[in-house]
Amino acid sequence: MAHDTTVQTAGHDEHHHESPVVFGFWVYLMTDCIIFGSLFAVFAVLRNQFNGGPSGHELFELSGLGLETALLLVSSITYGFGMIAAHKNEISKVIMWLGVTFLLGLGFVGLELNEFAHMIHEGAGPDRSAFLSAFFTLVSTHGLHVTCGLIWIVTLIVQMMGTTEIPERMMNKLTCLSLFWHFLDIVWICVFTYVYLASMI
Amino acid sequence: MSDLHTSPSGESHGSVSSYIIGFVLAVILTAVAFGVVVSHSLSPSGTLTAIAVLAFVQVLVHLHYFLHMGNGSEQRWNNMCFFFTVGFVVILLIGTMFIMNNTALHMMSR
Repeated sequence: MAHDTTVQTAGHDEHHHESPVVFGFWVYLMTDCIIFGSLFAVFAVLRNQFNGGPSGHELFELSGLGLETALLLVSSITYGFGMIAAHKNEISKVIMWLGVTFLLGLGFVGLELNEFAHMIHEGAGPDRSAFLSAFFTLVSTHGLHVTCGLIWIVTLIVQMMGTTEIPERMMNKLTCLSLFWHFLDIVWICVFTYVYLASMI
Repeated sequence: MSDLHTSPSGESHGSVSSYIIGFVLAVILTAVAFGVVVSHSLSPSGTLTAIAVLAFVQVLVHLHYFLHMGNGSEQRWNNMCFFFTVGFVVILLIGTMFIMNNTALHMMSR
């Protein structure tokens, strides 16, 4: 790995001064990261405490997991295209891409709720075993974050409707939501790897 | 690890091509992780190691291409917060697993 890292940023970002709002939001995301870290630690400790109940191997379905992962991954790039349109001040495109991102996120939350309902119906609810308590806490905390992201997307779409340009204030809001949305995708990578795939081996 | 965050293009908010490169890499890494688990071609511990490595690489891809982390002077405080948090979470995870495993062994609850 070559260490040619210090020379590249001199010229290009004098026009792009990061706002303290975005930095503050970044600090919030870091605290959120610690919340998820704690929940992953709990899950790691309790992952084999089935109390005679079903294990992850019996409960999880690969096809549903694949679809959820695909939806979230595609929603990441559609939000990215929305940010590119925002930097070009093309509001109608921003709203279109945010709308697509919203639908993909909604599909993800719908699939997850469906999966939860199915598990609870089969008697594998959060009260069945320590493993399932830890599973529901971790995965639904992520789902709750995605739901908050969806509400945020709708709010920004409504605020941008009828306007002709994107002021700096709106740009900051879009940038914070971008960080939030991509951060949730990173959490999902850890969830599908350590919670789902690791239980299916 | 910080070497991987170097941005060759130097774009601080990304371009269409950088998003597409990140997306393609993420799709490949996800598909390989699923494939390794479905195919059962490795031993259980080998599979676990493989998907852990793939997840780590994919997190780096997302941080670089989607969250635009870089080494710019603008981002120094962001990076400082980030590495503090990563260190904190690593201590939290390893410490919890070590202590709880040790307790379980001594109490013969497993």
